Amino acid sequence: MDKPQKDWLKGVLSAYDTVVIGSGLAGMTSANLLAKMGHKVLLAEHHYNMGGMATWFKRKGGHIMDISLHGFPYGMIKTLRKYWTQDISKRVIQLKNIRFDNPQFSVNTSFDKIDFTHILRERFGILKEVVDEFFVTARGMNFYDDLIMTTRELFEKYFPGRTDVWRFLMEPITYANGSTLDDPALTYGIVFSNFMDKGVFTYQGGTDHLIKEMKQELLRNGVDIRTHCMVEKIYIEDKMVQGVRINGQDILCKSVLSNSNLLTTIEDLAGEEHFNSEFLEEVKKVRLNNSSCQVYMGIKKGETIPHVGDLLFSSVADEYCTEQILNKDVTSRTFSFYYPEIRPGTNRYSIVSSTNARYQDWAKLSESQYKKDKHDLEQSTLDALEKYVPGIRKKVDHIEASTPKTFKRYTLHPSGTSFGTKFEGLKVSRDLPKQINGLFHAGSVGIIMSGWLGAANYGVIVANETDKFLRQLSPGLLVTASV
Amino acid sequence: MTIEDVRQIILNILADIAPDEDISSIDDNTKLRDQIDLDSMDFLDIVMELRKRFNIEVPEKDYEHLATMAGCVSYLTPLLKDRSMAS
Ligand SMILES: Cc1cc2nc3c(=O)[nH]c(=O)nc-3n(C[C@H](O)[C@H](O)[C@H](O)COP(=O)(O)OP(=O)(O)OC[C@H]3O[C@@H](n4cnc5c(N)ncnc54)[C@H](O)[C@@H]3O)c2cc1C
Repeated sequence: MDKPQKDWLKGVLSAYDTVVIGSGLAGMTSANLLAKMGHKVLLAEHHYNMGGMATWFKRKGGHIMDISLHGFPYGMIKTLRKYWTQDISKRVIQLKNIRFDNPQFSVNTSFDKIDFTHILRERFGILKEVVDEFFVTARGMNFYDDLIMTTRELFEKYFPGRTDVWRFLMEPITYANGSTLDDPALTYGIVFSNFMDKGVFTYQGGTDHLIKEMKQELLRNGVDIRTHCMVEKIYIEDKMVQGVRINGQDILCKSVLSNSNLLTTIEDLAGEEHFNSEFLEEVKKVRLNNSSCQVYMGIKKGETIPHVGDLLFSSVADEYCTEQILNKDVTSRTFSFYYPEIRPGTNRYSIVSSTNARYQDWAKLSESQYKKDKHDLEQSTLDALEKYVPGIRKKVDHIEASTPKTFKRYTLHPSGTSFGTKFEGLKVSRDLPKQINGLFHAGSVGIIMSGWLGAANYGVIVANETDKFLRQLSPGLLVTASV
Repeated sequence: MTIEDVRQIILNILADIAPDEDISSIDDNTKLRDQIDLDSMDFLDIVMELRKRFNIEVPEKDYEHLATMAGCVSYLTPLLKDRSMAS
């Protein structure tokens, strides 16, 4: 018998100040802030879970797998405290044992400036003055720097010919945001320095706990949260946002803050006809970032694994090479080991292996080939893991893989992009409200605004713009300072 | 509102943004950034708080006025002088 379809929009208001499209970290953070500022906010998410890529899934046997909880910079504590709650921020803990293992070197580090300085001097023989100057240069980079210098040139300047050092400095960042040696050095400088500040951190309780807490806070602040709600269209008239269509139903709003992919927002949800040609030229130049594959391994109940590190950057490739890292023929993997400390009381372990990947390599496969290749990926991952956790096959009782197709299905992002767009996307995202009054975008863009910290902070920056816009709609309310 | 009131308002906002910092000894003429750990997101918070509490919009080009306590006070006092502390 057919179940009557549930009306996920039941009781929805006819109009809102802001409709936030998507509940990724940027979408949720901006929704929370806007509601706290007194605006009526509807948060619409097409998936049944919130969190976007900050997500998890459960499997038989008591397994919980985290997707993007490999680690984030220390700055996340402050962001969680200021824009979420003190309690949430207090759950952030450090991951102290980060490992590298490749043909060029094997190193353990706490992944902060002090330890990196030590390793660069002692292990790689770099002069202290050079290391110090490199850190100062990386830290000093900001938005306004000229974009001519690439990360490759930055490394060439400080560590000429030292591909081992380049690998040490670059590989983790490539995994953190998909960037390469050819991206602007400033994107490297900002993200690298954020990590070097104090190291790599994670959330105790797991992603499920974090998202549950965030949901509670959103509800407390009065956000109308709707899952299973696909935003199909943003209505625009005379360069002004009028409303949205969600699951076939029209809802009025004064502003839209889209956490959907930047290009999807412009080309599909709004429609190119609303933008001027110069802007569309810029849009056409925006490159999407790469996607990912992951292999999730659940450890049997009662089994343990020794402490072999929290994050392990392993590779069998001779040198760091972006092309090779993206290759379907995997040579490099990042292993995240989740020990019971991540979810205290559960006494369970899981391991997630991540690789960067290209959508096309997976999308072009036939159904049967796709299945086979996923299976092969699982098996080769277990083989690679055997070196670090002997007897791994006996300990694992659940294994499955995700591909760029999986990421696309769950987030709707074109080509399943894991980290939004390359640098040029940031300007397009920032300029969106200049094209259409009341249309804002917040979410992974420009490399620096991706990752948990980047996305959440970008949500704040754009919520500020949205708040300003909404207050200007009510004349007399806002006093603009001028001196 | 008096100059002292305005100064107190800024201190209250800073106390919320940076609860672990000692703000009682802030020197009015030294950059806030050099005395307490403030990043660009924190300055954005100050701007958002001013809008939320007093409906004052500080345009981006004027952010530099917020760099020191003295700068904040002289920039904001004319805008707040007709308000009462309760607002
Ligand atoms: C495999 C992997 C590992 C990662 N590891 C880390 C890590 O260890 N540390 C770290 O900091 N970052 C990591 N990241 C990156 C990080 O997860 C993301 O940068 C961040 O979560 C992105 O947040 P976002 O706000 O941009 O939105 P997203 O998470 O992309 O969410 C967008 C949301 O919008 C929804 N949506 C889209 N279109 C619509 C529509 N039309 N209607 C309704 N809803 C819609 C989607 O369903 C989704 O929920 C990882 C990413 C991946 C893929």
